[in-house]
Amino acid sequence: MTPALRREDVAHVARLARLTLSEAELDRFTEQLGQVLEHANDMSSLDLEGVEATSHPFGLVNVVREDVVRPSLDRDEVLAMAPDAQDGRFAVPRIMGEAP
Amino acid sequence: MRSAEETVRDVKSGATSASAEVETALAAIKARNDELHVFLYVDEEGARRQADSVDNAIARGDEPGALAGVPIALKDNLCTRGIPTTCSSRILEGWRPPYNATVIDRLLAAGAVPVGKTNLDEFAMGSSTENSAFGPTRNPLDPSRVPGGSSGGSAAAVAADMTPISLGSDTGGSIRQPAALCGLIGVKPTYGLVSRYGLIAFASSLDQIGPFAKNVTDAAMLLEVIAGHDPLDSTSLPEPSPSLVAHVNDGVAGKRVGLVRDLVDGADEDVVRAVDEAAQALRDAGATVVELSIPEFRLGLSAYYILAPAEASSNLARYDGVRYGLRVDASDVTAMNEATRTAGFGDEVKRRIMLGTYALSAGYYDAYYGQALKVRTMMIDAFARAYTQVDLLLGATTPSVAFELGSKTSDPMAMYLSDIFTIPTNLAGEAALSVPFGTGEHGLPVGVQLLGPGRSEARLFAAARVLEIAQGR
Repeated sequence: MTPALRREDVAHVARLARLTLSEAELDRFTEQLGQVLEHANDMSSLDLEGVEATSHPFGLVNVVREDVVRPSLDRDEVLAMAPDAQDGRFAVPRIMGEAP
Repeated sequence: MRSAEETVRDVKSGATSASAEVETALAAIKARNDELHVFLYVDEEGARRQADSVDNAIARGDEPGALAGVPIALKDNLCTRGIPTTCSSRILEGWRPPYNATVIDRLLAAGAVPVGKTNLDEFAMGSSTENSAFGPTRNPLDPSRVPGGSSGGSAAAVAADMTPISLGSDTGGSIRQPAALCGLIGVKPTYGLVSRYGLIAFASSLDQIGPFAKNVTDAAMLLEVIAGHDPLDSTSLPEPSPSLVAHVNDGVAGKRVGLVRDLVDGADEDVVRAVDEAAQALRDAGATVVELSIPEFRLGLSAYYILAPAEASSNLARYDGVRYGLRVDASDVTAMNEATRTAGFGDEVKRRIMLGTYALSAGYYDAYYGQALKVRTMMIDAFARAYTQVDLLLGATTPSVAFELGSKTSDPMAMYLSDIFTIPTNLAGEAALSVPFGTGEHGLPVGVQLLGPGRSEARLFAAARVLEIAQGR
């Protein structure tokens, strides 16, 4: 059995996932997510030692193609849909502090 | 409204035109869209232009395509060039994709006429279409009830005779469950049969695009057009589209069908009765029906609600206010990311992102995600064992007929349980469809589910056709 989900766990994952939660949301989500994880506990009691993990149902791996230049999306058309663009690039608010 | 098959026949013979069919569809949408909230966007101009081009091709004597003049509705998680594509989320409001999903290009090449984009649960996360940021869709058969979800808008479009066919996507039941609740055929194709290029990702190892239709032949026609290898989707099967329409009337004589107790137990009485009657109809058509138990199916819900959120938490990391859609300004880039995501995502999406982030986080990865990947293997093995005894499986699609709006919105776990019978197929990457069979409580349709191994679509359509014939259709 895995430990029950705590309020601070939800606060932590919200931070990791870049979501701001109100106090009321924290309470509600802790309860709701706890129920889903509790349901998932029927898996943790299984002995699956030696069972392979599946990430693709037919085991398709390593699809490759020739390394040749192909047409791609038009840059201006893509940037026209961005919230902000400048000089042919996506523009964002500052990432680091002001230069000295 | 003409079926897709009748439309193609009559458009080719000149008995109708693509333009006339499109006007019929647009008028039907206009008549009921305010009441039912099926379409988020209707592309009248694009639809009329495509219809003209089909009519011109016929006038020139050119082959107009396998879906010539057939109006079609598209779930709004399919990218359509220059046409708003929202995933029913505020975070993509106003975005117009610079490219078409592969399925859209294939539809246009086949002469189909997309008329608009349909409502869904935000990012396809839900089972009732109530999680749309733009308001719920209502079931055309009883507007006090949900159409199911997440492809509820696409199901309602066909059920309300707005279009004869539509496309949805199915990650854990999102085509089959609304098909059942709206009295339609709904197909979850084999994983990789249909290209996912341009399908906005929810859980990439489970997502698959598939058809809704009022009859088996229309569904087979549509699937034939959209299936087949696409180099733009590295998970697409490296093979051409299968022949499906030609096998619709193959029947089930000599076939072995497994009635799976675990896909019936816990369902309402009216649903159980429909499945038993469907089993009898298959017997009457020459199949052998045996009862099976596949206890591994009971683990499907748990594995799914770890795996799908885990993949979603990663896929939805791209909505950061930088490249498309919503941006909520803030002093620095991290604060901007957080303000944007907090304002742009609804509660269910936030729940799943957090659940997935938790299941993938240090200390819990093995207990949840690692264990769920192994359950997925168990599921594949359990299906494979069943298919050594039988050719296809039969069960219920959903535990109940369409439920009332608001009846499950405050309890996520209760909502998740409506996918309990559909999830195993997605985990195994196999094929399944829902076919309406009789009516249940309140005169509402009941869906029965036919399941088969990967690439068994032709066999499933043939069995579904037998069930149609048994109902005099």
